[in-house]
Amino acid sequence: MLSTSLSLLPAGIINGFMFGAIYALVALGLTLIYGVLHIINFAHGAMLMLALYSAYFLFKILNIDPYVAILIVTPASFIFGYVIYRWGIGKLSGGKDQNILLITLGLSIILENAALFFFTGDQQTISLSYSYDSLDLGFLYLSYPKLISFIASLVICGLLWMLMTLTDLGKAIRAVAKQREGARLVGIDVEHVFAVTFGIGIACLGAAGCMLLPIFYVDPYTGNVFVIIAFTIVVLGGMGSIVGALLGGFIIGITESVGGLLLGESLGQIGISLIFILILIFRPTGIFGSKA
Amino acid sequence: MTKSKELFTGSRRKFMKGASATFALAAAGLSAPQIARAAGAVKIGLIHPATGWAAYPAAQLRYGAQMAIADLNAAGGIKSMGGAALEAVLGDSQTKPEIGAAEVEKMNEAGVHAIQGCYQSAVGLAASAAAAKYNIPFSVDVGVSDKLVQRGLSNVFRMADGYGRIAADASVNLAEINKAAGSPAKTVAIVHEESEFGTGTAKLVTKALASHGLEVIETIKHANPTRNFDNIALRLKSAKPDIIMPINYPGEYILLAKTLRQQRVDFMASYSVLGGGFNFKFVDEMPQIAENMIDVNHWYDPSSASGQQMRARTEADGKYFTFEVYCAYMSIMFLADGFERAGSTDKEAVNAALASSTLDIDFMPYGSTKMVDGQNMGSRAVAIQAQKGDVQIIAPSEYASASAVFPRS
Repeated sequence: MLSTSLSLLPAGIINGFMFGAIYALVALGLTLIYGVLHIINFAHGAMLMLALYSAYFLFKILNIDPYVAILIVTPASFIFGYVIYRWGIGKLSGGKDQNILLITLGLSIILENAALFFFTGDQQTISLSYSYDSLDLGFLYLSYPKLISFIASLVICGLLWMLMTLTDLGKAIRAVAKQREGARLVGIDVEHVFAVTFGIGIACLGAAGCMLLPIFYVDPYTGNVFVIIAFTIVVLGGMGSIVGALLGGFIIGITESVGGLLLGESLGQIGISLIFILILIFRPTGIFGSKA
Repeated sequence: MTKSKELFTGSRRKFMKGASATFALAAAGLSAPQIARAAGAVKIGLIHPATGWAAYPAAQLRYGAQMAIADLNAAGGIKSMGGAALEAVLGDSQTKPEIGAAEVEKMNEAGVHAIQGCYQSAVGLAASAAAAKYNIPFSVDVGVSDKLVQRGLSNVFRMADGYGRIAADASVNLAEINKAAGSPAKTVAIVHEESEFGTGTAKLVTKALASHGLEVIETIKHANPTRNFDNIALRLKSAKPDIIMPINYPGEYILLAKTLRQQRVDFMASYSVLGGGFNFKFVDEMPQIAENMIDVNHWYDPSSASGQQMRARTEADGKYFTFEVYCAYMSIMFLADGFERAGSTDKEAVNAALASSTLDIDFMPYGSTKMVDGQNMGSRAVAIQAQKGDVQIIAPSEYASASAVFPRS
């Protein structure tokens, strides 16, 4: 048993990397929204589910490949996120954090139940013409959908990092995150920045949804499957850190995969919880987080 | 790198508080039974996981139960009670045993006369135990744990098979199929989900297979949900079993099947026991993956006119004819027959009537109903196989509509 597991270790690590990148993308939206708005988006899972359904229906109705659909779903998700925040969450909350929490929680319940009503609880999967084509690494067949998802996730993480560090918008977002009153005094439209940040967070989910569809399934509760992991990644990587989310995604992905190999696929999940506990004890701010 | 580290400064404590609040609210449960009242009606509580990961099978179960109630009412209701109409009281277990038990309490307050449920064995165990406190007749429509009917509760009944008899039948059928092909298969690997359903069934099948000369060389348990089956596929590839035997719920069943193909795992047959994802939808949508996969499950009798009619009605409603539909239908027929023969809603009388049921269910490949400690001994699971875009019964021979393709082509 152990020798078999060890012989599969390289494959397990690569699998962990592949999924870790997608986990990171889901966590990116969460960490970005938290970092700037200082709130947790409880509707994160529900919005991921919406992105998955968007990609699903684009494929089923218009026959648009989910990876091509990234170009549609990502900007659409940004607009959805912007509008929801600017004219929904932002207005209704009256600027109070606890109101925002309740509104996003309510939103998640509405979205999930609306999906259950309109799309039913039936799990939907798709098969692409290249779903079963793969790259032969000798010890592992790396399926093209997973490989594409991995590369696309890295590219999106890189683009987001560049946006945050190299552009005026990124500077404005960082300024609002650090000192929102100061940012307002120097002329930054804080409400607009909040909405843009929320939109970017949801756009990350849009991209993640398109990448998950070919390798997973969608039902009204699928988002929650990944959001629990995303919470762990955000705590591990450091709340608000983009690099932390990426690194956290890889660590969690590999832990899950290797844990499954060594401890069994059921017990192996314990590794994720263990990391969560250890990081809270020894580095509560996360790997790249800073103290409040 | 440094910049990103310093980008934001949020409070971890606030984040954690919020996360805890989410989990607490999710755990508390937010639904209540939906009750439609009518004087003199026989109320049957339907408890299923209407929200949560099992929402689809729950919807199918509700659909089947409500179709049966509509049919019975259209045929004059419970005649021995002056044509009393049947009425559904809907409950949502949210996939949680404690919520399932709480739904029973609410239904008891609402005055239900019988309860049907619950899809998951763990929920069925909790809910039926709660119903036993009030002696409410409880019919298990889907729920395979034999513990459901082995606790000495005189109010709990199950028309379909439990995992003990299904495991035995699955092993006999596999042995026969293998023998007919010249006994090419010697080894089996079981991949099962981690709850009572998967774990219990896997243990029983392992024991049963040994008595037929088939060795289980690998048993892999996985979580619900499992996001990635690559490692499991690689482990199976390394173990090289002749037969792969999945015992899991729909999402994981399909993901595993896809991953086995992606990783090009070679085997003679996928022979699932109570494979949650094996149904007409799977065969329709993924014909290449499904082709020649075998499942042992509750299945209707395709040669019966009533079975064909029920399938046509279900499909005309835009739904797939999954086992949940006819199992729920059958369970309502069983309860209605109990009320009919009891001539009242008196719980003692109805439980006694159900315990002595001899109901014939012509749309299932069953003999006459014979309850022994709440379990129908006339029920029988069959082996079915995806063949050329359709599903055929391949064993037992008296119900077979086609020969098995084994090893798979």
